[in-house]
Amino acid sequence: MLSFRNWGAGGDRGGAWFLAVLAVVAVAVPVFNQAVTQSSPFHLSAFGITLIGKYLCYGMLALSVDLIWGYCGILSLGHAAFFSLGGYAMGMYLMRQIGARGVYGDPILPDFMVFLNWKALPWFWYGFNHFPFALVMMALAPASLALVFGWFAFRSRVTGVYFSIITQALTYALMLAFFRNDMGFGGNNGFTDFKEILGFDLHSDRVRVVLLVVSTAALAASYTACRAIVQSRAGRVIRAIRDAESRTRFLGYPVESFKLWLFVFSAVIAGVGGALYVPQVGIINPGEFAPINSIEAVIWVAVGGRGTLYGAIAGAVLVNYAKTYLTGAFPEVWLYVLGALFVLVTLFLPRGIVGLASGRGDEKR
Amino acid sequence: MKFLPSGGQWVWTLLLAPWILFPIQAQPPTDAAFLSTLGELREASYSEKETIAERLSKTGHPSVRAVLTGFMEDRLCFRNSDRKVFLVKSNEGDSLNLADPLTLKDAGFASADSLTKIGTNNGLRHVLRTTIAHFALSSPDVSVRMEAVREMQQSLDEPTVALLRERSGVETNPGVKNEIATGLALASLDGSDPNARLEAVATLGKSVSQVVRNRLALLLENESDAKVRRAAAAAVATIDQWRTFYSAIETLFFGLSLGSVLVLIAIGLAITFGVMGVINMAHGELMMLGAYTTYAVQTAMPGHIGLSVLVAIPAAFLVSGSTGVLLERTIIRFLYGRPLETLLATFGVSLFLQQSVRSIFSALNRSVVTPEWMSGSLRLNDALTITYNRLYIVIFTLLVFSLILAVLKRTRIGLDIRAVSQNRAMAKAMGIRTEWVDAMTFGLGSGIAGVAGVALSQLTNVGPNLGQSYIIDSFMVVVFGGVGNLWGSLIGGMSMGVLNKLLEPYAGAVLAKIFVLVALILFIQARPRGLFPQAGRAAEDK
Repeated sequence: MLSFRNWGAGGDRGGAWFLAVLAVVAVAVPVFNQAVTQSSPFHLSAFGITLIGKYLCYGMLALSVDLIWGYCGILSLGHAAFFSLGGYAMGMYLMRQIGARGVYGDPILPDFMVFLNWKALPWFWYGFNHFPFALVMMALAPASLALVFGWFAFRSRVTGVYFSIITQALTYALMLAFFRNDMGFGGNNGFTDFKEILGFDLHSDRVRVVLLVVSTAALAASYTACRAIVQSRAGRVIRAIRDAESRTRFLGYPVESFKLWLFVFSAVIAGVGGALYVPQVGIINPGEFAPINSIEAVIWVAVGGRGTLYGAIAGAVLVNYAKTYLTGAFPEVWLYVLGALFVLVTLFLPRGIVGLASGRGDEKR
Repeated sequence: MKFLPSGGQWVWTLLLAPWILFPIQAQPPTDAAFLSTLGELREASYSEKETIAERLSKTGHPSVRAVLTGFMEDRLCFRNSDRKVFLVKSNEGDSLNLADPLTLKDAGFASADSLTKIGTNNGLRHVLRTTIAHFALSSPDVSVRMEAVREMQQSLDEPTVALLRERSGVETNPGVKNEIATGLALASLDGSDPNARLEAVATLGKSVSQVVRNRLALLLENESDAKVRRAAAAAVATIDQWRTFYSAIETLFFGLSLGSVLVLIAIGLAITFGVMGVINMAHGELMMLGAYTTYAVQTAMPGHIGLSVLVAIPAAFLVSGSTGVLLERTIIRFLYGRPLETLLATFGVSLFLQQSVRSIFSALNRSVVTPEWMSGSLRLNDALTITYNRLYIVIFTLLVFSLILAVLKRTRIGLDIRAVSQNRAMAKAMGIRTEWVDAMTFGLGSGIAGVAGVALSQLTNVGPNLGQSYIIDSFMVVVFGGVGNLWGSLIGGMSMGVLNKLLEPYAGAVLAKIFVLVALILFIQARPRGLFPQAGRAAEDK
């Protein structure tokens, strides 16, 4: 376990740099896409915007994992479930937006329901034609799952590897469930073929730029919120739980409540990340629940450096950039690289790239 | 030229054909006579063919039944070039796989155009069916007679009933005799005498076969005599009761066989996870290595499929075990006491192993041939059939389990392993080489994963994703049973398997699995340390 250390609590230099980079991205991307002409080598294509947007959403997932793993010692191997739930909430809204423009032209029912011969919209689809309702659900769906699951788990003091394994079982069970056509979430095809969001065409560059700027803002806001939490008095208790759970409990702190609320908050961040992810990549399917996705998110955090927040986000961007590049250029090599990353980072870089950069890679125990 | 009217059905007939069961005699004197009689079929008219078939069956040649069955199913032909007669075993597009009618051994491939079919018609086929049945009924082999009687029960016409009646006086085997009685009773249900019908219903009430049940249900609808109807209703109810009972046993057996697979995987995990406190996410991939070892051994000794599985067991143990030791020495030993980091590192190893297998054997699934002694099924009665491969898996699991238990409880290394897992420092102080024990323990757990892989290769396709599909389930078994407790893994695995199979008919396979997972998640809330929690100090600091 990491020992208690107040990592530069006063001057958050890394965080400041990170926010600055985010601001630059939020300004540069619109400029390079909109203001630079298409023939120019500096023009940023739609593909490029989508890629950056995707990385930012993964960054939110990494942030949420780091918040609970890096600061509270809860290793969730099912966090992609919350990400996907948020994504599905957004997907349901986007499906309703298609309206009568689907292949079957039904004004109410999405295509896959017509295909399955369903006559009416299932009850849980009501309200998703209103954006504010969908917006609430993007946070509420993952939050309620985290609340129920966490309440059960923390109350009976399921900790450590047991917790990791049951979170993995949770996301696995959800994946199996969402693969079923009867669930009413599109079965293994999931949702795709979206047309527009809030009346704006999803395929236009301008909407993509706006989505990306919204993503940067969401990431910056989440980072600031997480930062505020870990810097607060509650944050100290949370770190105390990580380092000596029983001792904290004996000191009179309600350990379970701290863990539960942190877990729920983290799930909300993951859910919002998923919700922003779906309109940008244009698809959501049950494959997103696959246990490997959650485990990959953990390795982003480990590579970037856990317990630093901005490090986790940097890890997400770096690992995913490597993935994009390698799966394109050398598809055979990618799994070797990912596998080696897992091993090397755990063995030699317990504090990740951030630890390496700040010259404090030394880790006791 | 279209040879095979129905899909794959006849392939099974051929597979089950009694020539497997007949002892092959050395050069029977009738070979020449048989072959020349067979040759006459080429030019004969349909009515002549009937007498030829009769004469063929009189020769008593061991392959008569297979040849006549082939003839009936339109699979007898002769080669245009040398007019030699062949049996067709299977066809792949235009090329037909031939068998020699005398020895029934493989005779290579030939194109459909180079062969002429020896034709049949309905009347001839009818005669053939009776001839074959007659022939089979007098076979010295009990299972052949049994099979023949069962087949005859499906089509009870005048000559069949006469045949059965004739045979019922001669038959000595009680099982076959029973089947004949059932057949005759089925036939006399159509009779005009209500007393005879009543008697037949009484006989049939003892059966548990689906055919009998349906026939009685039909009788129930058409019967005029009230007494017979009442008896038939009672008989149907009894049969239904027994069938429900047997199907419950079958479900239980399916559950146990699924559970055995989980137990086999979980034992290895219980050792590495339970005894050593190491989460080995690469366990599934070590299993996959075992499955690929089976494939490699089988490829290396193509002539001895039956033997290769037995050779593969120690080979897989060595391959996976040594990989495990290597893993422990190079990675895991640096991470003791940091379970979450171990989890991540071994996950990396699992990705690495998967990709290596993909690079070496390609991403495609490899199929391992099931040896003959493991295929087929054991038919206990009309309602209960148990397939051999599942039966062997259950037995194999129990064997491996007792072996591991014996190793841990009765051997020196087992004593060392238990000592180190209970109190590492004290064990070290007593002179046990804990590092060596760690490596051996991990090797043992990994080796068992390899052995589980051999078993799995008999059940599913061998592919790079083999390990992933079972790993979550087996982790759940270990957690459910209680970490570090082999008995817990056994009971946990078996009950998970049975629960899964019990739910399946109501909820479908996927939903059943989801229910089991959710039930487990809830169970862990109630008992966070499993069914059989570890007691003592060792449990506290984990």
